[in-house]
Amino acid sequence: MKLSAILTLLLAALLFLDSTQPAAGQTPGTPTNAVALATNLTAAAQTPKDPTLEQRLADLEAYVGNGARVMSGDTNVTSKVSGPGPGHNGFQMICAALVLFMTLPGLALFYGGLVRRKNILSVMAQCLGIAGLVTILWWLCGYSIAFHASTGNGFWGTLDWKFLNGVDSNPNTDYGAWVSHNVYSMYQLMFAIITPALIIGAIAERMKFKAIILFVTLWMFVVYFPLAHMVWGVDGLMNGVWNPTASIKAIDFAGGTVVHMSSGWSALILCLILGKRLGFGKEPMQPHSMVMCMIGTGMLWVGWYGFNAGSAVAADVIAANAFTTTTLATAVGSFVWAMAEWATRGKPSVLGFCSGAVAGLVVITPACGFVDSNGAVIIGIAAGLVPYFACWKLKAMMGYDDALDTFGVHAVGGTMGALLTGFLVTDKVNGNLSFIKDAASANAATKNGLAKLVADHMQWVEQLKAIGLTLVMAIVGTVVIAYVVKALVGLRPTADVETAGLDLAEHGEEGYHSQG
Amino acid sequence: MKKIEAIIKPFKLEDVKEALGQVGIQGMTVSEVKGFGRQKGHSEIYRGSEYTVDFVPKIKLEIVLEDAALEGAIAAIAKAAKTGKIGDGKIFVVNVEAAVRIRTDEKGEEAV
Repeated sequence: MKLSAILTLLLAALLFLDSTQPAAGQTPGTPTNAVALATNLTAAAQTPKDPTLEQRLADLEAYVGNGARVMSGDTNVTSKVSGPGPGHNGFQMICAALVLFMTLPGLALFYGGLVRRKNILSVMAQCLGIAGLVTILWWLCGYSIAFHASTGNGFWGTLDWKFLNGVDSNPNTDYGAWVSHNVYSMYQLMFAIITPALIIGAIAERMKFKAIILFVTLWMFVVYFPLAHMVWGVDGLMNGVWNPTASIKAIDFAGGTVVHMSSGWSALILCLILGKRLGFGKEPMQPHSMVMCMIGTGMLWVGWYGFNAGSAVAADVIAANAFTTTTLATAVGSFVWAMAEWATRGKPSVLGFCSGAVAGLVVITPACGFVDSNGAVIIGIAAGLVPYFACWKLKAMMGYDDALDTFGVHAVGGTMGALLTGFLVTDKVNGNLSFIKDAASANAATKNGLAKLVADHMQWVEQLKAIGLTLVMAIVGTVVIAYVVKALVGLRPTADVETAGLDLAEHGEEGYHSQG
Repeated sequence: MKKIEAIIKPFKLEDVKEALGQVGIQGMTVSEVKGFGRQKGHSEIYRGSEYTVDFVPKIKLEIVLEDAALEGAIAAIAKAAKTGKIGDGKIFVVNVEAAVRIRTDEKGEEAV
């Protein structure tokens, strides 16, 4: 009796919180308020029944543990907490803002510091331009293609959510039981923004703004939206964790394939088609501000907590694990990269610490919700060594001008991360991968065979398949788009413009003035 | 009238300024410059890219003074700027034909 009294009090307190949570501007017709009003004022007029105390408690327990909603699908009973759960929803909004912070100004400063001073604003304009452009595409139909169910192909969502129609403040339980659907959509938008922004690192200082805008527009439709659908869409063909009929049972917690592999490999292809910067290998092209680069790195690291922990779509146990593994891998990656520099080239550099941190973040991204602390440290060590050698030896050997090492860090790191996730995954940190014997309550991973692969340590095979498909999409897509853009508007500015710097010629501004 | 042009190590500027003040020099012009002599430059490594930076940052002092003050000023600079290591810099002296103080129209040694 005593326990139930306490729980009833708790329930009352939480309901009070929930009823005060919808902000001004929410119309009386929206469900969260409607439920509260209806039960308070016109209970008699309502057809669906009130939930029993037990159902109400079960709903609250589900909220606390980010479980499935107890009364979802039961139209005979009205849930008293049908809207988003304030804690999870608040967490998700903060995470979305953190992911945007990664691009603006994190990535803009990280990349901006690494270019020459005459091109600093071009990098910033590209980051800002992509943020606006991709948001418009997302609203138009990008979100729908990426996250609405497909007609069965698992590749390309239907357009039912075009203009974000029906994407409101109520949760879509396919993606998060307690997070508003519109918050989830905005959260995913931030991923869609940073991914093409990563590409500009490889082609910095030598591509026309017009060509970049056109390239990104086409690239989002050909590469990003379909890849996001395949990996994260409810019926995505590579969505091993949530799609019971996934044909490739891959796991990618926060975007190793979708974000880092796709951008990194596309960046390599685009920089090969584009050609080297004028004077590459002859003129000095040092970073104009390592200070700016370091500030950007710190922002990326902080923002990445939103990226990785937020990918749990709840402030739950999986998010907590992702937060921990992200910290470990990043710190280890940063330290190991600089130590490797010290050992092989004599000095530990600030750019080495920064690059190692970003590499650690990239490699842990697909793994953060699936590996434990030891797995994270192994990933951090690999992240400090392999991309370091890729940026140092591989780049020199092959002779491409990947200006800011998007390929060396994101493609090499992302691909390695996708594979290492397959080797280091453990269901001890993520119950969604556990094998459930009872067929009635079996999760998607049990139904599609993922749980068995994880238990048998064979998941890396599925990861290889996902890597292969991602590579084909990114490489073929980028080759086609790059030549289309080249034919339509041309890729490179004139030699005069490139020599003088893109800031003045393309944007009519200068980042720095000697006076004033 | 003479003009001293001295190239010195940037961190020696305060010492040199003080030493010149002690021998009665009342003004100077200072610029941040880059250049190289026998010291040559250094190399910088940014991930895979290694650059040789030939030009080393230095400070250039310019002092115009009456002939009588020249020897004392040269000695003061040479003493204060010396570390004994390569890259300490050089002192040049040239003749100055005319000088005008803009505010008062004073000319010649009166103006310096």
